[in-house]
Amino acid sequence: MCGIAGLIHRGKSSGVGSEMTSMLQALKHRGPDSTGFAVYGNANDGEYVMRFKVAEAEDMDGGFDMPAKIAARIAEVEKRLGEHGAIIKSRDEATAYAQRWVIAHNGNTEALARYVEDVEGTEILSMGNALELIKDLGDATVVSDQYNLGSFQGTHSIGHTRMATESDVDIRSAHPYWAFPYNDVSVVHNGQITNYWNMRREMERKGHRFMSSCDSELLAVYTADNLNNGIELEESLERSIREIDGVFTYLVATKDSLGMAKDTMAAKPLVLFESDDMIAMASEEVAIRAILPQEIDTYDPYDEEVRVWRA
Amino acid sequence: MASIDWTPDLAWGDKQEARAKELGMMSEQLSGRSMETFFEPAEDENLTYAFSKDVDFNKRTEIDTADMDTMEVNKNIRALMDEGFGTIVIQNPRGKHSIGVGILNRLNLIIEGSTGYFSTGLIDGPNVRVNGRVGWSCGENMMSGTIVIEKNAGSTFGAAIRGGDLVCKGSVGSRTGIDMKGGTIIVGGDTGALSGFMMQRGRMVVCGNAGKNLGDSMYDGTIYVGGEIKSLGVDAVDAELTELDQAWLKRKLNQYGLLPEQGVAHFRKIVAGKQLWNYDNLEPNEKKLIL
Repeated sequence: MCGIAGLIHRGKSSGVGSEMTSMLQALKHRGPDSTGFAVYGNANDGEYVMRFKVAEAEDMDGGFDMPAKIAARIAEVEKRLGEHGAIIKSRDEATAYAQRWVIAHNGNTEALARYVEDVEGTEILSMGNALELIKDLGDATVVSDQYNLGSFQGTHSIGHTRMATESDVDIRSAHPYWAFPYNDVSVVHNGQITNYWNMRREMERKGHRFMSSCDSELLAVYTADNLNNGIELEESLERSIREIDGVFTYLVATKDSLGMAKDTMAAKPLVLFESDDMIAMASEEVAIRAILPQEIDTYDPYDEEVRVWRA
Repeated sequence: MASIDWTPDLAWGDKQEARAKELGMMSEQLSGRSMETFFEPAEDENLTYAFSKDVDFNKRTEIDTADMDTMEVNKNIRALMDEGFGTIVIQNPRGKHSIGVGILNRLNLIIEGSTGYFSTGLIDGPNVRVNGRVGWSCGENMMSGTIVIEKNAGSTFGAAIRGGDLVCKGSVGSRTGIDMKGGTIIVGGDTGALSGFMMQRGRMVVCGNAGKNLGDSMYDGTIYVGGEIKSLGVDAVDAELTELDQAWLKRKLNQYGLLPEQGVAHFRKIVAGKQLWNYDNLEPNEKKLIL
């Protein structure tokens, strides 16, 4: 039982960081293990925001030499970026292990990402012109404060509060997942995928990388694979209902759009609110009410329903 | 040794019969489909529990629940009923879960806004009006009373309901009336997949369309659908819509202002095919044992 939420403003920027924090805080009772945000700001072409971690939160208790190891890993990442001709424009850190670098690069970002991830303990959480992906242990307010998300301005966002049922409580199993190597594509999921291993093996044969044993990661990889084959987002969502077994409701965000898909049983909840200015959706109405206290009309999408909205 | 001084009461049999009649235990009273009507709302005694609260419908109050949690709201409702308030208006529910559950009392409960999951579940007696939307499992396991929802409702609407009227004027999600064991569910709009799944008794009326697998594995009960049915579930079959059905539908839908303009003659009636009724059949290995 996880909580998912999505929010998209039509044609304008808004404080999606703080809005998504309120929505996810209202869903805390659906899963207190970890919280994740994928927020989309203003796109700067040619510049990528790279969010990555070089260790897990629990590794920090791993011994006296952890700070030195982390420093060495960060230096290695920096060196490898340089080897690929990427220029680091700015660097921030939210925690010792979670970094946010803005890089300028005009080559193949997939090759770059694969080379950087080869550094021990390193995982790129997201790389994109507009996307910033933040995930850590704790509830929405804790993570949002830690990563200073309250002031973030953007057009759309998806988020997730996790109750770990299928894999460990750590950052690598937390949502959202970045659809590696697709810049700006992220996925959150509520449910269980029952043909995970079959699908995972199929994806691995095609050369995709899996960082965790979390079944939700499959949806991100699956979406990336479809996009790679020139399939549109809406088509990919519809195919997933036929090809992926289990119970699921999931949201996919791209640079300028947000989509949802619900399985054939409609077994996982989602409440939708649509207006001319914005669309908000969440596992429970209480999350939508956290940002829209006034009287609104909401509804449940039905089984096999697929929707895509543009910012 | 003391002798037993006892004379038989020759009128004992007559007295016993009179008592049994008084209690409604005679065969002519019991021979009807007692399970259908074992709850008779006209009988006062059936609507009151021991130590039930004496409320006055004309005493009205409002509570603003914007800053309360669910437990506080429900405690407040009980406290107000203790004070004799019979009409309680809840303002700003803001999608909170489990609002107004377990009320075993007569009460007019008006909810001004939308609620979350399990809204007014496990109730026996109150008349509830929700001027908003409800989440999953509204009216779950209700025994009697009415719940009227002005907007849409979520999935598993009226799960395992046993009595009373549960009405949604908008559309509802999937698995409406799953495992329902009595009462009436009325939907003004559409319903999702697997509605009436494993339904055992009672009636469900859907004025709009129904999703796939309607009435899947239903044991008994009746489903009326005014619009399109995407598909019927296992062992759900069409039945003839009789004049009695139409008369009942008209009366019932009129009560809640949901009677369609074109009447009810176009409704489809779905009942159990009873092909899955194998209760007395032996399993193959059991047969071997006997033979």
